[in-house]
Amino acid sequence: MAEEEEESELSDKQKVEIAKWFLLNSPPGEIQYVAKDVKLILNDDGLFNEAASEAFPLYNKSHFIVLPMSDRSGDVLVTSFGELEDNAYLDPRTAQVAIVDHVKQVCTGVRPAQDEELATAYIEEFRFSLDAEILKYVEDVYPKGVCSVYCVNGKDTEGPGSDFELAVVISAARHSPQNFCNGSWCSVWNIVFKDEQQTVEVKGKLQVAAHYFEEGNVQLDAKHECKDATLFQAPEDCALALSSIIRHHETEYLGSLEASYLNLPDSTFKDLRRKLPVTRTLFPWHNTLQFSLTRDISKELGIGK
Amino acid sequence: MEAAMGLMRRIPPKHTETALSALLSLMPNHSSDLLSQVDQPLQVLCDVDCGKEFILCEYNRDADSYRSPWSNKYHPPLEDGSVPSSKMRKLESEANEIFAIYRDQYYEGGSSSVYMWEDENEGFVACFLIKKDGSKTGQGRRGYLEEGAWDAIHVIEVGPEEEENTSYRLTSTVMLTLTTNNEASGTFSLSGSIRRQMNMKLSFADGHLCNMGRMIEEMEGKLRNSLDQVYFGKTREMVCTLRPPSEVAQMRMPES
Repeated sequence: MAEEEEESELSDKQKVEIAKWFLLNSPPGEIQYVAKDVKLILNDDGLFNEAASEAFPLYNKSHFIVLPMSDRSGDVLVTSFGELEDNAYLDPRTAQVAIVDHVKQVCTGVRPAQDEELATAYIEEFRFSLDAEILKYVEDVYPKGVCSVYCVNGKDTEGPGSDFELAVVISAARHSPQNFCNGSWCSVWNIVFKDEQQTVEVKGKLQVAAHYFEEGNVQLDAKHECKDATLFQAPEDCALALSSIIRHHETEYLGSLEASYLNLPDSTFKDLRRKLPVTRTLFPWHNTLQFSLTRDISKELGIGK
Repeated sequence: MEAAMGLMRRIPPKHTETALSALLSLMPNHSSDLLSQVDQPLQVLCDVDCGKEFILCEYNRDADSYRSPWSNKYHPPLEDGSVPSSKMRKLESEANEIFAIYRDQYYEGGSSSVYMWEDENEGFVACFLIKKDGSKTGQGRRGYLEEGAWDAIHVIEVGPEEEENTSYRLTSTVMLTLTTNNEASGTFSLSGSIRRQMNMKLSFADGHLCNMGRMIEEMEGKLRNSLDQVYFGKTREMVCTLRPPSEVAQMRMPES
């Protein structure tokens, strides 16, 4: 006899975890839609708000979302590199701090950054030059890209003699829900300036995602990591060399994405399903008349039985 | 339920199983709706009597046991498990044999199963299933794929045999994942699921199997092309929109 499934009631904690999971796995630009559906299913605003308050900040930071600053002075990137407190994010370029409402995904206020939140003049020279070059690059190459350069280590370094680390974040998103298509490109470049060796080590992490869902659900998830290095020079020279490195690797990566797509129809896909059998004709179903059908087909296809 | 289906359209296809079990636990009253409307990757069992794999689905399940289309027996064994009539069983057996050859021609491996049963309208329903693991550790002949899965579910409702033509209504779902991974280009993963329908009125002259087989073959071809060109194509378009390939590579050379 059919066993009845036990109606085990989920604990509140379990429900919150499930809600969080759905929110965190939303495709780019879709978390608000997912939130609406999850809220309806959960049917408990208190639990939903708990899940949202935990999931949204994580989602926003891992997707490097871009928010217009409330005073219209520009955009701020929400990243863990620029996080000062739970909802305060530094924009080094304008030396401002944006207060952010994660769940509503808006910037609710802006204030000037305090001295201790900013890097020293020595570091700032490097950060500023690099930022200028990256800005040029991003404007050139990404129609809707936003970038920022943060000092993630050693921001209080007064002068030569110590290592420090900068992080370049580039975030481009395209949301077209009316066309059932959304996508995002995020790159993070960690740049370590090694004083003793007088070298600069570069590590890049690129991530591209796309979602097309008109009468279906198809998603691209692509990631790549790369490394490079250059000499420790004056700030402007470093900036030029670094932006050149970043441009090179990102362009190369775009090329390899294209190549992956080009290989799809004939090579990659074939490992799943061929377009046609080896015979290059459609399957001979018409031979399936009686019991001997199997034997006929095997003969026709030359398969030994 | 609408909200649940909305979520299933957004969650990455590779997480379908997790998402479905999450929904089932959040909405236990809707479990039968969810199970019938949400497609999930297919599971297989081995028929110990003949050493062949068979695919599990709602159509060959009775209680917690599943009927093998090869031996017509339930695994684990079930007393009085429902089986098709002997006429149906004959057609079902033939279908399994032929479909296995079809599957081998197109998929170069994988597993397939066909289940049939009579419905109340003097017609019958047939379910054709295919599961292929195309990863290089699975049955991917060329070793391109780190991860590769194709699951196809074709359900055909066959109308009663009328004067000239019989009606066939096919609903097909394909779920697939493909992931390549190499040093130069990192991880590249495409996954998706689409569902389509096709209705046809065909003469019985060629027989049911021939009619159904042709419909499925046509549908699979269409779905493969659609996935490849339209669906994956759209994601490719999105990538090029985010970062258009530059016509002229303008590299600023650092002053040395």
